[in-house]
Amino acid sequence: MNTNIERFEYDNKIVKQFAYATALWGVVGMIAGLLAALQLVYPALNFDFSMTTFGRLRPIHTNAVIFAFVGNGIFMGVYYSLQRLMKARMFSDTLSKIHFWGWQLIIVLAAITLALGMTTGKEYAELEWPIDILITLVWVVFGINMFGTIIKRRERHLYVAIWFYIATWVTVAMLHIVNSFELPVTLFKSYSWYAGVQDALVQWWYGHNAVAFFLTTPYLGIMYYFIPKAANRPVYSYRLSIIHFWALIFIYIWAGPHHLLYTSLPDWAQSLGTVFSIMLLAPSWGGMINGLLTLRGAWDRVRDDVVLKFMVVAVTAYGMATFEGPMLSLKSVNAISHFTDWTIAHVHVGALGWNGFLTFGVLYWLIPRMWQTKLASKKLANWHFWIGTLGIIVYAVPMYWAGWVQSTMWKEFTPEGQLKYQFLDTVTHLRPFYALRALGGLLFLTGVFMMVINLVKTIKAGSFMANEAAEAPALAKKVEIHGKEHWHRWIERKPIQMLILSLVAVAIGGILEMIPTFLIKENIPTIESVKPYTALELEGRDIYVREGCYTCHSQMIRPFRSETERYGDYSKAGEFVYDHPFQWGSKRTGPDLAREGTGRNKKMDSWHYNHLADPTSMSPGSIMPKYPWLFTSDIKVENTSKKLAAMQTLGVPYTDEYVANGRDELEKQAMVIYESLKKDEAGLLLGEDGLSPNHEIIALIAYLQRLGSDLEVEKNKESNLSQK
Amino acid sequence: MKFINYLESISGVAVYPFLAMIIFGGVFLFAVWNVFFTRKDTINEQSRLPLED
Repeated sequence: MNTNIERFEYDNKIVKQFAYATALWGVVGMIAGLLAALQLVYPALNFDFSMTTFGRLRPIHTNAVIFAFVGNGIFMGVYYSLQRLMKARMFSDTLSKIHFWGWQLIIVLAAITLALGMTTGKEYAELEWPIDILITLVWVVFGINMFGTIIKRRERHLYVAIWFYIATWVTVAMLHIVNSFELPVTLFKSYSWYAGVQDALVQWWYGHNAVAFFLTTPYLGIMYYFIPKAANRPVYSYRLSIIHFWALIFIYIWAGPHHLLYTSLPDWAQSLGTVFSIMLLAPSWGGMINGLLTLRGAWDRVRDDVVLKFMVVAVTAYGMATFEGPMLSLKSVNAISHFTDWTIAHVHVGALGWNGFLTFGVLYWLIPRMWQTKLASKKLANWHFWIGTLGIIVYAVPMYWAGWVQSTMWKEFTPEGQLKYQFLDTVTHLRPFYALRALGGLLFLTGVFMMVINLVKTIKAGSFMANEAAEAPALAKKVEIHGKEHWHRWIERKPIQMLILSLVAVAIGGILEMIPTFLIKENIPTIESVKPYTALELEGRDIYVREGCYTCHSQMIRPFRSETERYGDYSKAGEFVYDHPFQWGSKRTGPDLAREGTGRNKKMDSWHYNHLADPTSMSPGSIMPKYPWLFTSDIKVENTSKKLAAMQTLGVPYTDEYVANGRDELEKQAMVIYESLKKDEAGLLLGEDGLSPNHEIIALIAYLQRLGSDLEVEKNKESNLSQK
Repeated sequence: MKFINYLESISGVAVYPFLAMIIFGGVFLFAVWNVFFTRKDTINEQSRLPLED
């Protein structure tokens, strides 16, 4: 036995900084969410201003709450618990500082660029390529700091929380790098390396596992450390936690395709997603039960201890969300829930309940300890707990209801076989539900303000301990083994082996789903009539991406009668081969646009012109924002050829001549649309600058009119053949 | 993204995903087996780590 006791200090300052950032960005992200929620009730709150429009605000909200609020929450929990579990100060104070300020810089850059419409158009991965590189660098700094601490530790065994931190680090790195392959065109514009179905698969492999490895595994690590701390008793079953870890990280990675059920993704990939999602129920509930049963025999304390209250509801919300997730992955349930507000309810049970409440519990536990005092007001914290819980209920219940109503209205037919409701009927019908949701969000946010006041008071009353003295025996160089040792003990002592094995476990699923989709030709059948976008349409598509139209409109018609009747023929994989990035969307607040330019959905150019100037002029009761800036700003033609060349590099078959003459081609097509609008000038809602072929609205109309029209050519060809 | 060496179908290569599943299944079952046969003292000691600071 080593008796050489070493003295050292834990760094609380970095924990304090991350705690402050967690609270600050929580407030900012939730205010953005509340405003977005209110915009769906009162479209005037879009303020007819580009930066505050729903399509740009929604990514700001999601990025802020996921990467700023929860992100800083993760680092707060990791920096506090890792030092204590390893009985060592963080590896380098300088790296801690770089990590902290680097992450805050990313958040600020994200907020600015998203508001300016600089986006990749891939949900939860919207940030453009320079920020993607910055994220990678800061993540590496975090990794070096974490592994450095683990290597210089004074405790041989790596507690299970640390396995979750290691798996988080390695998997997030893998997801971020693979999903962010993009070809830069300008400083803040790039195109996804992947197209259509492949882009969708990579994106939802990333998107689903951002939930798994950013919102779940690090928080499970935090749960495994802070619940035993708060309850002052070890976790219910350490054995279960080991199985929980390996099963969860292996299975989670496969489940991404459940976001793409009934889409053009090959069936075998959809089935894999479903099967693994169902299997996921076992480890998820294993973890939840382990968390809750840690309180066995101490439930009486939950009544008095507000920290435990928050943690119990957090773990319960985790259990509910992870039960619902597999259910939503069943194709029959997904047929009802997908594209509706049901999904919004589902994610908010996880986000507000699991991530929100666990963060609040940790903050209420940490702050008084680091400031060596008691929480300023237990009563106020209890009020926060109840108002927050009420907020979750008032948010979730109307959204579940709305999702069900929305779906059944979409699917209802009259006895004569006609669709019973126009899409707009569902929008106007849902407004009261949206109002209630905003109220739920307001209640939750009120609770957060109460917490901030309470914590500020606590901080003022206490005295901060920046460096906390500790002592522990140095780690013996040689491991003394008494008797037989199990192999897992060996891995638990070796962080690098743990990292490699975690990477293997999480890489298998991704590799086996992606490689066949990329390499097996029959998975993406090509359609001869599908041609690349024209220069003007490509510019229009970029505007569509910039304005975040995909946050409300899907471009994916599922093979249901209710959808083919409403939108036209179901979507085929071959239609999207030139879509860098894909724009299938995940929510229909507005109708699907996959066949907007063809068949029964085809509208006049002037209809689109007026609809984008003032949606209610064409669709009374619409909650879509107005886009006045599209009628005054010009298309940035100086980059058109560059964009075409980038697409050519990505495999889109433009000729060199077309790329070189991109600008002329664009202007030619713009004149055609301009002339068609000119004919209807009397009926146009003209902006202050009047009608011009150079305005962005012309490009957007060109893109919308193109949507789905390639298949029309194919159909005409088929009918000509059959006539012959 | 351009790919040149397409596989024409899954037939003939299906053994690889199966093999991967079997490998993981084996390792996973082995882990479960070991976890349940670890000494109680060791487990108790490790589970108390968060409480010792």
